[in-house]
Amino acid sequence: MTDIALSHRPSPEAQKARAVLLGRSRWGVAEIAFWVIAAACYFLLPTKLSLLSEIAILGLLALSIDLVLGYAGIVTLGQGAFFGVGAYAAGLAAKYGAGSAPWSDPVIGLFIGGGFAALIGFITSFLVLRGSDLTRLMVTLGVALIVDEIVNQTKWLTGGSDGLQGVLPSAVLGIWDFDLYGKTAFIYSMVVLFVLFLLARAIVKSPFGLSLQAIKGNPLRTRAIGMPVNGRLVAIYTIGSFYAGVAGALAAQTTQFASPDYVAFHRSADALLMLVFGGAGHLYGGLLGSIIFRTMQDVLGNITPQYWQFWLGATLVALVLFVRGGILGLLSGLRDRMKRKGDAA
Amino acid sequence: MSAKILLESRQLVKRFGGILATDHVDFTLPEGARHALIGPNGAGKTTFVNLLSGVLTPTSGEIFLDGVNVTGWSARRRAHAGMARTFQINQLFADLTPLETLVLTISERENAGWSWFRPVGSRADFVDEGMALLRQLGIEDIAHGRVGVLAYGKQRLLEIAVALAQKPKVLLLDEPAAGVPEHEREQILDVVAALPDNVALILIEHDMHLVFRFAKSISVLVNGGLFMEGTPEEVASDPRVRKVYLGEEEVNV
Amino acid sequence: MLTILFDGVAYGMLLFILAVGLCVTLGLMNFINLAHGAFAMAGGYLTITLMQQAGVPFLLCLPAAFIFAAALGLLLERTLYRHLYDKTHLDQVLFSIGLVFMSMAMIDYAYGANQQIVNLPDYLTGRLNFLGASIGVYRLFVIVICSLLVIGLQLILTQTRFGSRLRAAVDDGRVARGMGIDVTRIFAVTFAVGSGLAGLGGALGTGIISFDPTFPLKYMIYFLIVISVGGTTTITGPFLAAILLGVADVAGKYYVPAVGGFIIYTIMVLVLILRPQGLFARGPAR
Repeated sequence: MTDIALSHRPSPEAQKARAVLLGRSRWGVAEIAFWVIAAACYFLLPTKLSLLSEIAILGLLALSIDLVLGYAGIVTLGQGAFFGVGAYAAGLAAKYGAGSAPWSDPVIGLFIGGGFAALIGFITSFLVLRGSDLTRLMVTLGVALIVDEIVNQTKWLTGGSDGLQGVLPSAVLGIWDFDLYGKTAFIYSMVVLFVLFLLARAIVKSPFGLSLQAIKGNPLRTRAIGMPVNGRLVAIYTIGSFYAGVAGALAAQTTQFASPDYVAFHRSADALLMLVFGGAGHLYGGLLGSIIFRTMQDVLGNITPQYWQFWLGATLVALVLFVRGGILGLLSGLRDRMKRKGDAA
Repeated sequence: MSAKILLESRQLVKRFGGILATDHVDFTLPEGARHALIGPNGAGKTTFVNLLSGVLTPTSGEIFLDGVNVTGWSARRRAHAGMARTFQINQLFADLTPLETLVLTISERENAGWSWFRPVGSRADFVDEGMALLRQLGIEDIAHGRVGVLAYGKQRLLEIAVALAQKPKVLLLDEPAAGVPEHEREQILDVVAALPDNVALILIEHDMHLVFRFAKSISVLVNGGLFMEGTPEEVASDPRVRKVYLGEEEVNV
Repeated sequence: MLTILFDGVAYGMLLFILAVGLCVTLGLMNFINLAHGAFAMAGGYLTITLMQQAGVPFLLCLPAAFIFAAALGLLLERTLYRHLYDKTHLDQVLFSIGLVFMSMAMIDYAYGANQQIVNLPDYLTGRLNFLGASIGVYRLFVIVICSLLVIGLQLILTQTRFGSRLRAAVDDGRVARGMGIDVTRIFAVTFAVGSGLAGLGGALGTGIISFDPTFPLKYMIYFLIVISVGGTTTITGPFLAAILLGVADVAGKYYVPAVGGFIIYTIMVLVLILRPQGLFARGPAR
């Protein structure tokens, strides 16, 4: 009786408002279609499975940047560091765990790769709590360079610039062996991507996810309303690192190789570009971006590599100057405009 | 019998380099207060509020909130202890909706901000409270629009709504009507006048009309120091205060 | 030992000339131009082309590289860069990475991926003996030229009307505008001169560093280190940072090749965290 809130029944307006809020996390037709098509690729493009696995992995890496940059607003040029850490950790687990049953299992390898990356992410997250975008850019870049140096210099462990050879993961969960056609690799990568996507989707639609967007929008106010801003940033940076680490682990397992190329600057930059192509802050931006990026690379790169690089650069310049928010930003802008026209009519 | 003191500053000092922005301010705010903080431009009003709310750390002196020394506390901890504020320049989340902003604030107040699996809106009580606040401020019709594109006056109201959603003991309103066009001004004044009695209020304001309509006591800050304190009548009739304000106008003209 | 120090100083001075334009554009326009190295590359490749194809003397190539890169900078500033001053740092980074990619592709297309080498004139090759240390004539030449440039820059900044306007604009663009200073024009001129210096640095660098299409990316890191350690409020800060980096890099490669890069990057990150305004910048960050 003392607590009014307990006996209080929400007004109809409040119930309607709640339905609006909850409606934001409902699955749309386009979303379902996206995943159905992605799964159907197994049958539609049987000769391109290894390329598709690669796209799924790059998409996961871009998704990890989306969590950190698109939602929490932490500008990063060093996500490749976590990709590389994940790749080497999983690769080493597969190499030295070969034979001793659980350690060479790819699924365990994912957790080892993701876990190591998350650990490094957690430690370095304290470096990106403060500072301007510019400082964050340089710090994340610096961390990636340091990881790159470590990989190159610890030849006895990582194989240095020759790459890590002899990564032979056993069958997934002891049942599905990796095959020459990349069938297992594709299904495995897609399942991992989908599961982590579901998790990311839950996170960004939750109060925690909303608080990240608020921090991105206005850190001063989030502190004033009593939000533990630093804790939230550490959490999402660590989660993002885990995602990137899992992506790296997938890459090492499906290609049975890890090289310093995984931690190089262009890895971080490419993944960032994919996200920006697709549109940051929509979850799907990185996935769309990786599809377009990798396809363009395949088509243009086959003509001449310089051609691809030139048009990549030109697209970026045009994107920044004319198309804010990437493809999804463009689409949602169009949708809003049409809706407003509909409302006005 | 005097009311319980909710907020107090003792010998509060803030220096920026060689400038004394807050000069040994002793200040008390009792329960249920309607207190205005006035003073000419550059008197250090906003600095003082930033010290109280924890945005700035004082050079020396102490701050007590409901009897607890909070001098070394972060803004976040003070917010949880019952201190809320609005900002002179809107500090809102442009990409969220007003309802999302309030539900978020309520989640943080109830320590549910870490919840990461259930979607926003799954707590019916939070949504209900948020809608009730929007209704109280007369802006429930814009509950689902993007904050960034709202009219300026509506944003000012949302500023206050966010602070109220914190269920504060002490509320600092930093020029709530600043920059609001005349026709929307009345709505904000009504909201300020109708704020719940159990909240101790500090109003920082330039607009004397608003100050005298609303305040029961007034402090005048000049050059970072407390110049005088009293009832609105005392302050209004004080020749020294007139001189400070007239002097300022002369400079401005 | 002395030789290494000397080489390091020469390298550091070169880095300073390459990077100083970036420091000023960052401090002045709060614009992070990762494509700065592309202007240096333009100067370098122009020198290579002029010398190899047209037989232009090396000393003439230096001013030519400056003018070419400055003109290029001015053109791009007026057409593209000026639209980006009020965009976010992320946009600026993406934009300038885009330019880097385009420049790399064009150079790769025109010259191929091979490293380019120039044949320096005879009077700049060979070594001198000085206090028992063997000193390359060319490095001495670089040090002399760069020192003259540093002194010249410092004089322009402190003694001329343009310099004082530039400093006012760096301190507070809005106030400077209010005082009737044409900030837009200062931006354009500064950008052009900064690019020109990068081009000149690129031309000078042909004798010390090897040029290939990845140059802008490779040196971007060095520029960022110079900026983060030196700060952007003075030019002495970046100058000291560049010398330190040059010596550390040369000595590191010589003595401890295994951990040289590691140490340099770690120092950069530490400085960024502990003194975000730069190690040699004066005053606290605002």
